[in-house]
This record gives sequence, structure tokens and C-alpha cells, in this order.
Amino acid sequence: MKRILAAIPLVLVIILGGFLLWGLNEDRDPNEIPSALIGREMPELVLKTIPGLSDGGLDPGVVSTHEIALVNVFASWCVPCRAEHGPLSQLAVDEDLPLYGLNYRDQADAAFEWLEELGNSYQGIGFDETGRAGIEWGISGVPETFILQNGVIVHRHLGPIVGETATRQFMDALNAVRGAS
Amino acid sequence: MMAGAAFAVEPDEILDDPVLEQRARDISANVRCVVCQNEPIDTSNAGIARDLRILIRERLVAGDTNAEVYDFLVDRYGAYVLFKPPVNTTTLALWIGPFVILGIAAVATFLGLRRTKTKPETLSAEEEAALAALRKASDP
Repeated sequence: MKRILAAIPLVLVIILGGFLLWGLNEDRDPNEIPSALIGREMPELVLKTIPGLSDGGLDPGVVSTHEIALVNVFASWCVPCRAEHGPLSQLAVDEDLPLYGLNYRDQADAAFEWLEELGNSYQGIGFDETGRAGIEWGISGVPETFILQNGVIVHRHLGPIVGETATRQFMDALNAVRGAS
Repeated sequence: MMAGAAFAVEPDEILDDPVLEQRARDISANVRCVVCQNEPIDTSNAGIARDLRILIRERLVAGDTNAEVYDFLVDRYGAYVLFKPPVNTTTLALWIGPFVILGIAAVATFLGLRRTKTKPETLSAEEEAALAALRKASDP
């Protein structure tokens, strides 16, 4: 009994230390909401593209034909999206992945001009003027990027995929998906 | 309800039916804004909070029960969006954890107190004799 009592402070320190290690982990973002859609089919909505463009929009029937596809939620009013657009487009080319877009709560002409200026690397874009599709996708802000495997959502990245840390996190997730398939 | 709760809900969102509107307000107060995470959508000015408030009202008008509206939101955003998460296997630790810790603390305190309770010591024979001698000496 005495021995057990004597060990209590040590046990407490180990438990506390474990919590601190977990809490101080730089990769842990306490504001990150886990997506409820992981492991589920992408929302069934078929979205038309931005007026003025001629791609086929965001269609689950098309996206699900790809073994792995990326769906990037963006808006012309979103500053981080502007920073992300170039590197993400390049990443999709480098990794040979189809990149789709979900244009969230945007105005047609503003979105059109934004793509004119920065280049349109999306195979298809869903125009979500009202933000309803965004709710179906369970998004909390822009940008967000989903990795889909045969139309099933397997990963969500919150925030822009720009810079070393975010790019590494995204590539780790992508490689994990590839390794598992 | 919070006193400042009326500021974010804009006039064009409010339903004509006061009963439905009150239900919408009650639900909104319990739904976390996913952008500004410690604020309910009822008081949030974020665009997505407004979208969700309007969506909740549309569903109530369409005849959804409160539970169906919550299910709709949880289905897309997870139990995280509820300020009062449901009791299930994943949230069990959240709900009973504090009581378990309280119980452990109570048991530990009880055992600790019982240990320190010392029995009154009886006097040895020599002490009894000395005490008797003193009593006798002080007797007039």
C-alpha cells in the first residue's frame, strides 16, 4: 500500500507530461474541426460552372471516375486562396491529379476575372453562389481542399496549401491515401 | 437567452410565425459557428452563420422537428457544432469524465482522512501512578 502511494506523484507527473506533450505538439491545431464527411461519398449535388466558363461543373458522376481527385474550395474574395492558387495548381500537375474547384459564395464576374488573372487550372468548377453547396460539403471557411478517392472523401485540408508545413501535411495525407490504395 | 443575442439575426431572416422563429432562435443558440468557434450562430455575423440560420428556418418551415434540424447539421459538421453534444460512445468520456475524477478525489480524500484519524492514547501504568500521586498531593 505504501509503495502504491509513493508511486502516485510519479504517475501524476507522467499523465500530466503526456497531456503537455500532446498539447504542445506544433502539428496539432486546436481550432481544427474534424470533417464529418471523411469516408463518405461526396455530396450528390451537381453544380454548374461559373457563368462564362465552359467546363462541365462539379459533378459527382465525373469526379468519382478518378481514382484520386482534388476538390479545392475557393473564392475570389479570399486572399489566402490567391496565394494558394499557383502552388496548388502546380502540385496537381506535378502529382498528375485532376483538380476540381468549388467556387464558394462568389459573384460570377469577380470569379471569372480572378481565373482570367491567375489562370484556370480546374478541370471543372462548381459555382456555389449561395453557399448552400459549401454547407453540404461541411466547410468552415475558404480555402479548403478535399482529397477524394473514387468519389469518396478521404481527407480534408483546412487553409491554404502554401509554405513548408502545410505542403508537407498535405503531401503526407496524399501519400497515405496512395499507400492505402 | 443572452441579452445581446438579437444583433446578428437580421430583420429579413426573421420568420412571420413567432413559434417557429423562437424554435429557430433556440436551435441557433446551441449551434456553434464554425468560423468563430466559441460563438453560437445566433450571435455571429459570419456569412456562413447567416447561411445556417436561414437554412434552419427553411427546414423548420418545411416541417422538420428540432431533432431533425440538429441531425441535418451534425450529419455535415459533426457533433462538434453542438454546444451540448449528444451522449454516445465517442462523447461518453466528455460527459462522465468529470464525475469519475470527482469520485476518485472523494475516495482519496475519504481514505486520507481516515488514515490521519489517530486513536486516543491510553496512559501507561507509570503515568497513571504519577497522575494519582499528583492528585493526592493537591488534595487538601
